[in-house]
Amino acid sequence: MRPALLLASVLADPQRALSLAGEDWQALLTVARAELLLGSLAHRLDGLALPPAVVAILADARVSATHGRTQALWEAEMARRALAPLGVPVVVLKGTAFVAAGLSAGVGRSIGDLDILVPRTALNVVEHALIDAGWEWVKPDPYDHLYYRRWMHELPPLTHPERDRMIDVHHTILPPTARPTPDAAALIADALPLGNGLAVLSPADMIVHAAAHLFADGDLAGGMRNLWDIDRLLREFADHPDFAETLRARATRHNLCAATARAIRLARRLYETPVDQTWAGRSQVTDGLYLRRLTARDGWGRERRPASRFAFYVRSHWIRMPPLLLARHLWTKARR
Amino acid sequence: MRHGFAVRVGPVGFRIGSEWQAPVAALARLYEGYPAPPDGVADFTVRLEAARPWRRWARPAITIRGDFTLPDTAPLPLAQGLLAAEMGMNLQMALGARRWLLLHASCVERDGRALLMSGHSGAGKSTLSALLGERGWRLLGDEFALLDPATGLVHPFPRPVSLKNESIAVMAADISHERFGPLIAGTPKGDIRHLRPAADAIARMAEPARPALLLFPQFGQTEDLRPVGPVESFVRLTQASTNYVALGETGYAALTALAQGIPAIGVDYPDTASALRLVEALWAEAPR
Repeated sequence: MRPALLLASVLADPQRALSLAGEDWQALLTVARAELLLGSLAHRLDGLALPPAVVAILADARVSATHGRTQALWEAEMARRALAPLGVPVVVLKGTAFVAAGLSAGVGRSIGDLDILVPRTALNVVEHALIDAGWEWVKPDPYDHLYYRRWMHELPPLTHPERDRMIDVHHTILPPTARPTPDAAALIADALPLGNGLAVLSPADMIVHAAAHLFADGDLAGGMRNLWDIDRLLREFADHPDFAETLRARATRHNLCAATARAIRLARRLYETPVDQTWAGRSQVTDGLYLRRLTARDGWGRERRPASRFAFYVRSHWIRMPPLLLARHLWTKARR
Repeated sequence: MRHGFAVRVGPVGFRIGSEWQAPVAALARLYEGYPAPPDGVADFTVRLEAARPWRRWARPAITIRGDFTLPDTAPLPLAQGLLAAEMGMNLQMALGARRWLLLHASCVERDGRALLMSGHSGAGKSTLSALLGERGWRLLGDEFALLDPATGLVHPFPRPVSLKNESIAVMAADISHERFGPLIAGTPKGDIRHLRPAADAIARMAEPARPALLLFPQFGQTEDLRPVGPVESFVRLTQASTNYVALGETGYAALTALAQGIPAIGVDYPDTASALRLVEALWAEAPR
């Protein structure tokens, strides 16, 4: 089995790990690390009778993930303290939200930047409060700043030099230039408070956001991890009565039905997510292309299938920007 | 990848893949007598890749990649393939290791007790440990000391010693050429030649030792000894550790225990002969 598919299969059903040979393990662990899924895998396989060398590597990965979790929560707390006096709603997103809300998607997850969502009208005060609290711009280039402020769904990235952590301040979940237009006000209005002044998206919005991030924004790099988030979220919430209905309604509201349906279809194919076929819509020929791109990694951890990756890279720009704007953007970037 | 080599050093398994045969052949010769990773599973993967596909043949240049990669590392010429592999392994340890607190220090053992030597690059800790390793001590490592936070023991990490410039001739004088790797000339650090540790260092690579003495050696005009307090030791070792921050509270506990538990001494030495004499004298006085 191809290593990335093996990883997906073992994540979906850890018992399958019991029959692996040494070289399978090597490829599995290497791909898991490259896809930032080693911590998640380590938690899935905890307690199984595995070769000692594997047990040691997985134990390390759990230690790393625990430390990463502490750091992510601390960074969220630092942002909370900086922003609390403003009295604006602050929603934490992605990995930090999963661990803060105690969701299974957060177990063992690697977490990079802190992502927060605030109302667009509050962007200015939030920006100043963060800078007063010690955050600094990562990209000093004026074109980058102009570009972010005019066309992006987030401020240019800020970093805190003492803690060496980045924060992305979003005012919505897709660039305004992208074709779908999510309802940012509804995301914030229906967010669930964590009790400390921060909030997380509602379950359905979390899934729609993860799908938007995966299929309507980037080039699918690291997509196995994002799809794993979606699998975990679906499994956690799918049994709630009417969840299918709620999810469909939210996806419609945010203009992200296609991305959400595709996320569900691919999660079913890659991670065997046990949700009804009717959630996923009819399968499409292009689903196979997405799967090929998502699993483009070999047992040495190298990215494969350059043509597929390039095609999705081009697509990521195409879907985010109208052609004229894209041309102007690439022209400016090429000239400097 | 086209060519591969796997080896175990102390408690760590490495797998090195290469697009060229030469670096892997050099590794196999240098690591003769080392075991393979346990269970056939290496902790870390290093990849020696061509920066661009055509760079496999045309002006071949090695880019070091792997589980953990630093962006913007300058490629090395193919002639320095062995160095690239060694740097790749160091990089994996520095960025990826979490089982131990990594101290940038050389380490030797006698009677189950370990002597740690920490210092900036060029302070002579590598050469000193290599010399001691030929004079009745067991070499645990010339680059990293692996401090186990659970037990306080240091685990051996007996990689081939990376000898630089003048120290190459010093060591080559009384050690069989069998144990030396090829001379790698013209690196950013000058000439480099690797020395495989003595047989007992490899045979006993699974045996940890309890730290007993910490030295901060450096070249000086005159001999000088200076006791170093636990606070200064602690601070210097945090700077000498590659994963102190990543280990969080565990790293703090392990390092404070080490700094408070063993004596530390700054040693200025004018030449290797006096360094060896000072080390033996300090070791004889170290509390048991």
